[in-house]
Amino acid sequence: MIEEPKTGMNIIVKTVTRLTTGLILLFGIYIVFHGHILSEGGFAGGVVIALSFIHLMLAYGREIVLKKMSEKVSELLGNIGAVIFIIIAVLGLFTGGYLFFDFFGKGKPFNLFSAGLMPLYNIAISLIVGAGLFTVFVTLVFFRSEKK
Amino acid sequence: MLPLVVVIPIGIAFLISFLGKYYKKLSDILATVACISLAILSFLIFYELRTMNYEPLVYKIGGWLPSIGISMVVDGLTAVMLIVVNVIALISVLFSVSYMEKYTDKWKYYALFMMMLTSMNGLIVTGDIFNMYVFLELGTISSCVLIAFGTEQDELEASFKYMVLGTVASTFILLGIAILYSYYSTLNMSDISLAVSKGSSTIVITFLTLLFVVGFGLKAAIVPFHAWLPDAHPSAPAPISAMLSGVLIKSLGVYALVRILFNVLGVVGSNILIILGVISMVVGGFLAIYQKDLKRMLAYSTVSQVGYIVFAFGLGTPLGIFAGLFHLINHAFAKFLLFLNAGAVVYATDERNMENLGGLREKMPVTAATSLVGSMSISGVPPFGGFWSKLFIILAAVQAKEFTAAVIAILISIITLSYYLKLQKQTFYGKLSERWQDVKEVPLTMCIAMIIPAVICAGLGLLLLPQIKIVFLDPAVGVLANGLEYGSIVLQNIK
Amino acid sequence: MIEYFLCFVLFCIGLYAVAVKRNMIKIIIGLSIMGYAINLFFTLIGYVHNAAYPILSKVNITQQTSLNMVDPLPQALVLTAIVIGLAITIILVSISIRLYEKYGTFDITEIRKLKG
Repeated sequence: MIEEPKTGMNIIVKTVTRLTTGLILLFGIYIVFHGHILSEGGFAGGVVIALSFIHLMLAYGREIVLKKMSEKVSELLGNIGAVIFIIIAVLGLFTGGYLFFDFFGKGKPFNLFSAGLMPLYNIAISLIVGAGLFTVFVTLVFFRSEKK
Repeated sequence: MLPLVVVIPIGIAFLISFLGKYYKKLSDILATVACISLAILSFLIFYELRTMNYEPLVYKIGGWLPSIGISMVVDGLTAVMLIVVNVIALISVLFSVSYMEKYTDKWKYYALFMMMLTSMNGLIVTGDIFNMYVFLELGTISSCVLIAFGTEQDELEASFKYMVLGTVASTFILLGIAILYSYYSTLNMSDISLAVSKGSSTIVITFLTLLFVVGFGLKAAIVPFHAWLPDAHPSAPAPISAMLSGVLIKSLGVYALVRILFNVLGVVGSNILIILGVISMVVGGFLAIYQKDLKRMLAYSTVSQVGYIVFAFGLGTPLGIFAGLFHLINHAFAKFLLFLNAGAVVYATDERNMENLGGLREKMPVTAATSLVGSMSISGVPPFGGFWSKLFIILAAVQAKEFTAAVIAILISIITLSYYLKLQKQTFYGKLSERWQDVKEVPLTMCIAMIIPAVICAGLGLLLLPQIKIVFLDPAVGVLANGLEYGSIVLQNIK
Repeated sequence: MIEYFLCFVLFCIGLYAVAVKRNMIKIIIGLSIMGYAINLFFTLIGYVHNAAYPILSKVNITQQTSLNMVDPLPQALVLTAIVIGLAITIILVSISIRLYEKYGTFDITEIRKLKG
């Protein structure tokens, strides 16, 4: 007889979550780093990364996830992403004379560095989106429990 | 230099949300410094445009040529709007430093404020129609959050209403952009303008005009679509009401509408705008008389005055466009000032119902005097700018043979005068009741922030002097009056 | 042609929900449906029958099919529009949660502190 856990869902869900969360996180990171050859890798990847944490939170309950990734940390990450994005954009202004100028060179197709600064922008965007979505989820879902 | 008008406010917004939590005073300083530099920058851009003999400055983002990349375009109209928006934002920040002390989380307010400023600057500067949509949405979202900033019942309700109607509006605008893209296969405004001037079917242009009038008309609160404005503008904190009524609906609504209709679609002057403008004048004016709430009356007055502006632009003649633009500037400063006055009254007395106020002139001399200037300017009493702009609107209407509309405009201006006299009488004149014996004048920074726009309001009539008019207003009117030549002029100036 | 008409039907369903329904959550859903209808319309504009996907790959380059590609620009624009839609939905939901806290109902006819 397995005891009913105190927080979160039952053991089947927890086990499946334990096995899949890492894979989901990895998939999100893959989309982010692959995004410069698709359109908008940053947004989709960021959403998937945030989903992996939300998945964990649904299965195990709030406290366990907030220990790993608290709201303050995620807000900070989002802000860092935004600041990185703007810094890269303004660096273009100083090096090439244009905002968003690609001072990295466009690179060759099918090589490792093939789209200039796009991967860096994608990483910054994924930080903003992932952290933002996670924070929004936490604040919306646990809105009333915070009040009490 | 040009992209800085967008980069500075958005960078400062993220910086404030990054650091403001830990250093409370820093957000005040950062926001003020950013707004001062933006105001200086807007004048510098105007100066640079003037040295270039009013040839449009085109800036290629990322070094990509327009129609592949996004471009920023500064011509006469853009430069004037930039100056108006940034000067008003600077005064608004001065006012907020003291006013926002009663709210918690002041740094969040500043971050959102800078976001709103980003959206307005970006929308004015951009030369790409989808980019315009993105900035429009940014402005809607940030202003909606600012309206709900107090999280009281009426603020949340007004914010919800505004957001729902604003989203419907932007859906229509996105549909218009989709149809534009499907016909002309480009999103660059000058490219579309060039393609339209080479010949296009009337049905498509009419349909697009309707879509954009509904979309931007909702943002500009022209009458059939005005329902959100009298709720939303009074509910916000005073500096934000002032910004919303002063510049946000003008840049997000009127400027974007006029730019797209005149310069992109080539519809210079249309009967739809004339009819909607006249209806807004009448409805807004009559509803404003019956209001008891101070800020609500000002909001209905905004509906009425935006009606004047839209009507004047709808005439499509150079004189009409000139009158509309001049009234836009006058109304921006006057209504901004009046909302600040209302904010000062609320700050001192915590009462918005005009029937309970009265006699505040003795206790709050600066507020009363500046409010008198604003009211007289907006209702069209001779030495102030508002008189001249209304005179020009009526002259333009007569010149365009719209006699009925001209008569209506004159009648509504009398009604405007009547409700502003009511406002003055009930709030600042009359007998001071027992309740307000120990009311004090507002802090010094707020007084300064009210005196500056009052001086500007009084001085705006000077724009009509021929030497200043040629420098400041004529190039802006020329851009709109040229209509579809906008496309080829901009494309010639790409370097 | 039929797909454009269906987009229009979807748009009208959303508009109906926004205009007629009284529940705030249903209004938000209606707004989302309107947004999706426009997004679908925008994506269909860029669609080309029997064309390749708009990603540059070695197969594409060698077979010279790069001219016959689906237009990628509407897809990028729609992604941007989806992001904006997400932000709008989040703000509307958070406002309605706050309103529910104040009034204890989602019915907009009972939330009437401000009159027209």
